[in-house]
Amino acid sequence: MTELTARTAQSSILQFLTRRRGRVRADWTDWLTYAYLFLGLAVMFAPVLWVVLSSFKAPVNLAEFPPTFLPYAAETVTVEGFDEPLSLYEVTTEDGETRQLAQIRRVGLNAQMIDPANPGAGRLVVPVADAKPVRSIFFTWQHYTRLLSASGSDLWLFVYNSLFITIVATAITVIMNSMAAFALSKYRFKGNTLALIAILMTLMIPPTVVLVPIYLIVAQLGLVGNLWGVILPTVATPTGVFLLRQYMLTIPDELIEAARMDHASEWRIYWRIILPLSAPALAVVAIFSILSRWNDFLLPLVVLNRREVFTLQLALASFQDENQIHYDQLLAMTTLTALPLAFAFIFLQRYIASGIASTGIK
Amino acid sequence: MRAAATFSGAFTALVALPARAIEPVMRGAQKILGIKRMPWVFLFPNLAAVLFFSLLPVFINIFYSATGSDRLYPADRPYVGAANYETLFECGSYLDPSTCSRDLFWRALGNTLIFVPVQVAAMIGIALFTAICLNRDIRGRGFFRGIFFFPVMLSPVVVALTWQWILQRNGALNGLLTALGLTPVNWLVFPNSAFFWSVFVTVWAHMGFFTIILLAGLQSIPRDVYEAAKMDAANPWRVFTRITLPMLKPTLLVVFILCVIRSVQTFDELYVLTGGGPGSATILIVQYIYEIGFAIQPRNFGLAAAASLLLGAVLLVFTLIQLRLARGKSYD
Repeated sequence: MTELTARTAQSSILQFLTRRRGRVRADWTDWLTYAYLFLGLAVMFAPVLWVVLSSFKAPVNLAEFPPTFLPYAAETVTVEGFDEPLSLYEVTTEDGETRQLAQIRRVGLNAQMIDPANPGAGRLVVPVADAKPVRSIFFTWQHYTRLLSASGSDLWLFVYNSLFITIVATAITVIMNSMAAFALSKYRFKGNTLALIAILMTLMIPPTVVLVPIYLIVAQLGLVGNLWGVILPTVATPTGVFLLRQYMLTIPDELIEAARMDHASEWRIYWRIILPLSAPALAVVAIFSILSRWNDFLLPLVVLNRREVFTLQLALASFQDENQIHYDQLLAMTTLTALPLAFAFIFLQRYIASGIASTGIK
Repeated sequence: MRAAATFSGAFTALVALPARAIEPVMRGAQKILGIKRMPWVFLFPNLAAVLFFSLLPVFINIFYSATGSDRLYPADRPYVGAANYETLFECGSYLDPSTCSRDLFWRALGNTLIFVPVQVAAMIGIALFTAICLNRDIRGRGFFRGIFFFPVMLSPVVVALTWQWILQRNGALNGLLTALGLTPVNWLVFPNSAFFWSVFVTVWAHMGFFTIILLAGLQSIPRDVYEAAKMDAANPWRVFTRITLPMLKPTLLVVFILCVIRSVQTFDELYVLTGGGPGSATILIVQYIYEIGFAIQPRNFGLAAAASLLLGAVLLVFTLIQLRLARGKSYD
């Protein structure tokens, strides 16, 4: 009887897991799909998880090879008669017995140890080869506290620079692009098409191609090493104008006519009627602007040539210029840089996906 | 959706301030210029920015490419004609970069010519397979879509540093190999493996972007076509080659063009991951432009401008194809 119930229970679990809309059973293609998706999960997510976990490791733990998956720290004990806490070792004695001893100091290939349970028994001399450190999982916040403390690093300066560029550039982008889109969608005037073409033509001029002349213009404006030197060249985005124009075309003109009857100024019509109604399209443009400004690298690399105006991305990349890479701080900073966007992504995933699917912009 | 509401609320507040400042200016403009000229007032900031930072730079670029010396200001630069282009193309033998006067340019060009086809093929193949898997009737679809997409949000610098931390000599990958009893490899020190990982990391970072577009394309294929195929007991491979591929062709074309345009311009990830090295094994054309124009002293703006115009010409062809393809597509 028990065997029978076990078997039905087993098959019902299997049925539950493989139950699906429409068809009754999963076939081999489903198993292949799941196998691929879980492989994808590992390849896509593990690297990031690895960096985050590593950022909680103490420097000693970071330097070891092969690396441990979780952060570990050596356990210590306070022993009577010693001011500093001593690190704990597991020692295998000659007769095969293991004991936990605290190390006082190392002398060549031997170490002076003491039994924390029985400090009165005196010091023992143990070969280092026989002693293994006792360790437990320990997440250290030391890299984060050091980064976040005002004196330890310039992190707050870089955060400010990145935030300033992102917020100001996005605000200007949204206002400027929606103004242009309003003109191109709600007015019939000579040169309408010409203006649209002029704006869309810039689609054919990627920023990487005009890097040198943009640097010249920024230099002429005296904005090299100034945050505005990165903001101004990026604010007019052809895809933003196009997306907003297409959206505004769907807003009925009667609304505008009615507002004109009431003697509303053109700016009021744009600001009070058109903008609120274009909110979904504005959100897409804003999200993509935030994304690209926060992550931007090549233009800041060329224009922002002093450490005081570095963005987070430049500061991160500059860890490499030094002869030795300080991975401990680098990993914590990488995590902190990636975090805000990862967090925003959870909430805004739908907007982003629809924005990409409908226009192919990034 | 509440998060989206909060987001738009915060954003409205942010934009409201400058808008209030602009209002009197615009009101005055309307009084002076009249309602007929208002569209130009609305267009003015954008057109000015486009003119100043997109169209004008193209002409400056052409001017730079025809002038020499390391001076930045156009007035100080002597006219040299096509000399910059000649320098770039001056080679003993076109198959051996070391015989060229600008061997780095030829190496960057050669690397780009290998990198782009390999990366585009890998990117589209993997993105297509992923999109097909995600389009199936499976559990946790939203979760898996998020997993494949989230690297698109990460900055190139974060992506590069993450993988560098994994690929370094004492990194996680070598730890894994050691655990499996294999010999660790210093991945970024050998030209071939560094090149492989350059392709891998850029595909890892950007495939989610193309997966989303392809997924949207797949979802627009009517369900009943598949139902009919099931009635006829067609096997999955036949369904893929006879239904999915032909009906996805327009989307695939768009993805292909977008992917090429982006692949040719790859810079950020590789600059941080390999720095173009070892030697010049992974230097691509945009990094060459950056190096010659900004990093290597004395700065050679003329050569950088010439190289970027060549890059621009190639991109122009692909962008024109993209726009032609997009014209048939409705944006709703």
